[in-house]
Amino acid sequence: MNLLTENSGKTIAEKILSDHSSNKSVSPGEFIEADIDLVMVHEQLGGRIHKEYEKLGLDKVWDTEKIFFILDHWVPAPSIEAAKMHQDCRKFAKKYKFKHDLGMDKGICHQVLTELGFAKPGMLIVGSDSHTTTYGALNCFSTGIGATDVSVVFATGKLWFMIPETQKFFLEGQLREKIMSKDLILQIIGDISTGGAEYKSIEFHGDGAKSLSIDSRMTVSNMVVEAGAKSGIFIPDNNLVEWLKGRSISNYKLTMPDDNAAYTEEFNYNLSKIVPVVAKPSSPDNVVPVSELPEIKIDQAFLGSCTNGRLEDLRQAAQILKNKKIYRDVRLIVIPASKEIYLNAIKEGLIEIFLNSNAIVGNPTCGPCFGGHLGVLGPDEVCISTTNRNFIGRMGDVSSKIYLASPTTTAASALKGKIVDPREV
Amino acid sequence: MKEIKGKVFLFGDDINTDDIVPHQYLNLRDDNEITKHTLENIRPNFAEFVREGDVIVAGKNFGSGSSREEAVNVLKTLGIKAVIAESFARIYFRNLVNLGILAIKLKKAKEQFSEGDNIIITLDNGEIINQTKDIRIPIEKIPDFLLKILESGGILNKIKKSK
Ligand code: SF4
Repeated sequence: MNLLTENSGKTIAEKILSDHSSNKSVSPGEFIEADIDLVMVHEQLGGRIHKEYEKLGLDKVWDTEKIFFILDHWVPAPSIEAAKMHQDCRKFAKKYKFKHDLGMDKGICHQVLTELGFAKPGMLIVGSDSHTTTYGALNCFSTGIGATDVSVVFATGKLWFMIPETQKFFLEGQLREKIMSKDLILQIIGDISTGGAEYKSIEFHGDGAKSLSIDSRMTVSNMVVEAGAKSGIFIPDNNLVEWLKGRSISNYKLTMPDDNAAYTEEFNYNLSKIVPVVAKPSSPDNVVPVSELPEIKIDQAFLGSCTNGRLEDLRQAAQILKNKKIYRDVRLIVIPASKEIYLNAIKEGLIEIFLNSNAIVGNPTCGPCFGGHLGVLGPDEVCISTTNRNFIGRMGDVSSKIYLASPTTTAASALKGKIVDPREV
Repeated sequence: MKEIKGKVFLFGDDINTDDIVPHQYLNLRDDNEITKHTLENIRPNFAEFVREGDVIVAGKNFGSGSSREEAVNVLKTLGIKAVIAESFARIYFRNLVNLGILAIKLKKAKEQFSEGDNIIITLDNGEIINQTKDIRIPIEKIPDFLLKILESGGILNKIKKSK
């Protein structure tokens, strides 16, 4: 297990984890206890977390300022059960005096947390959601945890970790027109499979990585968990520094890996060779180029989620839909990932384009991504979706089918009523 | 940890958290209600057949998907004491340990058990005895760090004791 020799350097994950623990010379396979900078919680707070925490009988949390709490999954509440869950969440947040209770009008947790500057390079962040890996795009070590772990952090501010091995992904070249970072990460998951990065941290290197916008990087870091990864971290660069500056985010620590860091595996991807792909039902690694699909008719198309509901995604999709109508038998649902994105999309005229194309535009929420509300699939329905999971029944009835795709492929498919290559429309 | 004695429920590869607890039950808020639906999309009526001490055996990447701890808690509520798999998804593995369920990583796990086999797991001897097949299967040592959490009956108990 222990691949590091005395002399080898450290990967980003090893550096950030050791920076947060008393053990400064960590190596893969070792267990450490680390100090948590920030914990994100959403509706899970009213699920298992509040019950578990109350069992500890404590009258406070370790730090009221290091908890980020938001409601995003069932927003606004589509059922009495969801409303009760929200009530439990709010009650808990008030009782324990959370400083950062973001309410339910801001958007999806991962998007809002990064937009508002809560995630900064070098931080160790955990969240009650598996896609907490998203902040790796900002050079954070961030990962998902369960309700009991959240309770442990609430009580102690610390958590146990096993130091992960690290895989290096070296990206060169640039994505071609209408090809998106979603195609890249789906291709990667298809190549290495859903267990391909199990318990490992991924690092993204190279000029290809640098060429990706922060929005695009977030899509990639978001989905590394679909390959089983613990985190997916980008090397910090000028793009990131500019992005942080644009949001007036300061006081951070950029973390580079050592030149002689030890990686368990290395992979190379040329971005100019990536083509539009989809993940067929019912696994994110069931990936094929769109060009190799037989004709697949769709009932619904969904553009949104923490994977692909960002401004760049909406812009690219709008470009395809502009002055056109979607296919008559298709429902296109568009949900911006946050209020900020929604407002910008209104300013840029994107929302108008969507509405004019006959799409339905919803308020920022997870909504259909997990079959919660606002577009649940019926029996045997087929959906093309910019989300991250196409498990059996994920978006509705167990017989419904989900194809994961990029925003451009999703928009193009909504126009044609079947899954098509976005370069053909 | 004392020995674990029960029957095997056998599953394939990539059993994900949506399989274990379908999303529409996540807001039920009552553990017993949620537990009734355990694995129902892929194994109808599973919850009715499980007895205290039973064990799940599965292939690779068990528990992939979301961080929903309900997907571990339903097994705990049903009385499942151990999950043996060829590999585990990371968050799921953590959640098992944290809730005090033994997670055993075993190569070719699926091939060494059949549905309904009677087995005994003894950590002291580091082995699984498959009584039905009359074989003994050695298992890797559980790191002390994790064993302490398991022996406390889960990490919250461990914290309570240290407070
Ligand atoms: S958008 Fe989907 S994947 Fe993202 S946090 Fe919400 S439910 Fe999870």
